[in-house]
Amino acid sequence: MKSIIKITLVLGIIVSLSSCKDNASPNYQYMPNMYESVAYETYSESNAFNSPYGLKGQEGQLPAKGSIKRGYVPYEYADTPESFAAVKAANLASPLDPAKIDMKKAEELYVIYCAICHGNAGDGKGKLVTQGKFLGVPSYADRVLNEGSVNHVINYGLNSMGSYATQLNQEERWMVSAYVMKLKSEL
Amino acid sequence: MKKVGNHSSISRIYSFGLALMLTISLSSFAQEPAAPAATATPAAAPAAAAPAATAGGDAVKGKELFNANCAACHNLDRKMTGPALRGVAAKYDMPWLYKWINNSSALIKSGDAKAVKIYEEYNKSVMTAFPQLSTTDIDNIIAYTSEPKAEPVVSAAPPGTSTSVNEGISNNVILGALALVMLMLVVMLFLVNNVLTKIAKSNGIEASAKQPTMPIWKAFAKNQFLVLVSAIFLLLASGYFVYGFLMQVGVDQDYAPVQPIHYSHRIHAGSNGIDCKYCHSSARVSKHAGIPSLNVCMNCHKNIAEVSDTTATEEYSKAFYDKEIQKLYKAVGWDQSTQKYTGKTEPVKWVRIHNLPDFAYFNHSQHVTVAGIECQKCHGEVQTYEIQKQFAPLTMGWCIDCHRKTDVKMEGNAYYDKIHKELSKKYGVDKLTAAQMGGLECGKCHY
Ligand code: HEC
Ligand code: HEC
Ligand code: HEC
Ligand code: HEC
Ligand code: HEC
Ligand code: HEC
Ligand code: HEC
Repeated sequence: MKSIIKITLVLGIIVSLSSCKDNASPNYQYMPNMYESVAYETYSESNAFNSPYGLKGQEGQLPAKGSIKRGYVPYEYADTPESFAAVKAANLASPLDPAKIDMKKAEELYVIYCAICHGNAGDGKGKLVTQGKFLGVPSYADRVLNEGSVNHVINYGLNSMGSYATQLNQEERWMVSAYVMKLKSEL
Repeated sequence: MKKVGNHSSISRIYSFGLALMLTISLSSFAQEPAAPAATATPAAAPAAAAPAATAGGDAVKGKELFNANCAACHNLDRKMTGPALRGVAAKYDMPWLYKWINNSSALIKSGDAKAVKIYEEYNKSVMTAFPQLSTTDIDNIIAYTSEPKAEPVVSAAPPGTSTSVNEGISNNVILGALALVMLMLVVMLFLVNNVLTKIAKSNGIEASAKQPTMPIWKAFAKNQFLVLVSAIFLLLASGYFVYGFLMQVGVDQDYAPVQPIHYSHRIHAGSNGIDCKYCHSSARVSKHAGIPSLNVCMNCHKNIAEVSDTTATEEYSKAFYDKEIQKLYKAVGWDQSTQKYTGKTEPVKWVRIHNLPDFAYFNHSQHVTVAGIECQKCHGEVQTYEIQKQFAPLTMGWCIDCHRKTDVKMEGNAYYDKIHKELSKKYGVDKLTAAQMGGLECGKCHY
């Protein structure tokens, strides 16, 4: 009698411990009809998209070739060493009014996207560099820069530095360029 | 007086089990002192093979210069934008190298055959001119590139692995011996017990003559008050558990699916301190925080093809992490040997973790940019997660609770100047919570 109680007790404890929630799969839902979107959700898979020009089987598609965003200003320099040299020589002027640039926001953007390599001061000593993960980042003081060339580099990247055009819009790129020039003048 | 022998054998089995477990856990402790004894002798680095081609530069200074100037395009052993540079001194003479490094394009223009050949080989990518480097600087750099490749620490592995096998065997032996001892103990106890009962019998003491008593469950069933109380108790308890179960249906707190690439926030956002918005950049400006597209990963991973030894943990080895980076390369179609995109891509099917039902609206920019709330408040200490999980329950109560408690950030937001004055007059308060601004209206979140 007593042994049966004890056995069931132990079994009960074991079962309740071993049947812990499985965190790798989602939970049940009531009435999932109202949870799941009828419209295509961002990034979702879908068979509806299979145009010969687009990406197959996924909701996220690239805009049609040649389409431009509202307010987009074409940038006529290509991603080649020659046009980079041309940009440097041309000393392109920023379309933004230097007096009206929100330097606080520009600094914020710089700290998010650039400081990890270039350092908060622009001395080429960001955290990835000091930890030895990503080498060869120059100090802005050692390079001949102007606002236009910095903008060009953010647009297209340069050698092992990548492009930041997907993360910063045109206006923000010019803001960050202005901030880089400010850092360079302080180095 | 009666001796009660052999009371309940089952509790003895339990105490045996306990003892067994203790000894096993002791033996697993015992492994640890064994380990240091088996240290492998470090493989002696072959230091002699340095080619003596350089003009005696200082390799330490050279390393500094190399990391500062050349590492963006060159690695010692791996092709990057430019060729691998280890042993380049054997390929060219020093005067040529001075000229090349000081101004490679001038050398190419002058029609130097070697220079033109390597220039063509690298698709006419231009190496930066370094007129500021003196010949001693270049000597130092070349001395650094002429150092023999340091034997990777892994080369100590063969003896290491064999010793660990030995260790395993000795552990098994210890465990086996312990099991034998336990078995003998059991047998001995059994024998002693037998002998004792025999002695008791011969002395005329009856062991355990049980009185016929009423079984306890019958007694219980007869006492109606007890039955009633326990029935109520059982009902309440099960009601509590059923309620708890029903309330957690549809709540995915702690959901942590296996992702197609083992991407670790601990390594990226934690130990390397990459800002959340570097990758989740649309959290600043839109409803969605977004999962970064792979070109964002390649901003760093063009250069970072493998993790350093210090990144590996006990759970995840360096080889494991390196394999995960290879998965990334496969998905973006990056060919490491040619340092070019092949154009063959495949989407990475990240498993979505946070997902509000379709009838609820949540906007990141409102909370991140306007209200200035830290990601960690809603997503937990993400920078410590090896595997991303859902931290908050994402229930309506959770949203409402925070709207009741959190003040709206009014400073520096011209949009709020007027409405703030009017609302704080209405509520007679200095600071407004999100709820007082209308954060509890159904239509704000349900549309
Ligand atoms: C992943 C590391 C990394 C990040 C992040 C990064 N850079 Fe760079 N940057 C580099 C490297 C490496 C170079 C050197 C490229 C070369 O000259 O080969 C460089 C060079 C530059 C230069 C010098 C170009 C020239 O004309 O010589 C500028 C300007 C620059 N970066 C601006 C930025 C800005 C602005 C950002 C933020 C939007 C940024 N970088 C983010 C790695 C990075
Ligand atoms: C902007 C990227 C870049 C930087 C920075 C750079 N190199 Fe190069 N290097 C190249 C490229 C690309 C080549 C291949 C030839 C070509 O296309 O011009 C090359 C070729 C070479 C070669 C010839 C290698 C061979 O095997 O033929 C040497 C030597 C060399 N670089 C040394 C250096 C040194 C030393 C530094 C640092 C002071 C340096 N490079 C910095 C891009 C770079
Ligand atoms: C280097 C890029 C990178 C950085 C930096 C980064 N993340 Fe992520 N994050 C990712 C990727 C890739 C995923 C998708 C894979 C996964 O869920 O593990 C992700 C997933 C997430 C998710 C889960 C998304 C879902 O499916 O619901 C959250 C929440 C998140 N990140 C928050 C953060 C926070 C907070 C930080 C800053 C501490 C941060 N991330 C920094 C790349 C990054
Ligand atoms: C700002 C630079 C940066 C970006 C962007 C970045 N990584 Fe990394 N990644 C690193 C560094 C640094 C390491 C660690 C290297 C080390 O420890 O030596 C790393 C390591 C890794 C590893 C191996 C360790 C692990 O987490 O499993 C994987 C896989 C990885 N990254 C995938 C990605 C993916 C996928 C993305 C895009 C969402 C990405 N990385 C974006 C810098 C970056
Ligand atoms: C006020 C709470 C809150 C804050 C602050 C917050 N998040 Fe979220 N996050 C959520 C909720 C709620 C969802 C689910 C959204 C949905 O399913 O529509 C989510 C979803 C996500 C996702 C995956 C789905 C998507 O929308 O792309 C990522 C990635 C993410 N958050 C990253 C971040 C990062 C990075 C930050 C900081 C910059 C941040 N979050 C700040 C509450 C928050
Ligand atoms: C960490 C606290 C916090 C959490 C959690 C939170 N919110 Fe908010 N929410 C705020 C604050 C603060 C504001 C006010 C922002 C502002 O200045 O407009 C706000 C504003 C809003 C608004 C706009 C309200 C208005 O009056 O225009 C909506 C809609 C909203 N939140 C939805 C949600 C939803 C849906 C969730 C849950 C998934 C949620 N929030 C979770 C803090 C939070
Ligand atoms: C701050 C945003 C917010 C406000 C305000 C809000 N809700 Fe919700 N509500 C949510 C979220 C988020 C969920 C989804 C909860 C979940 O998935 O567990 C939800 C779920 C619900 C559900 C449950 C639906 C289901 O199937 O689970 C009902 C009913 C509901 N809300 C009614 C209301 C009503 C009525 C009001 C006005 C008094 C209101 N809500 C105000 C955010 C809000």
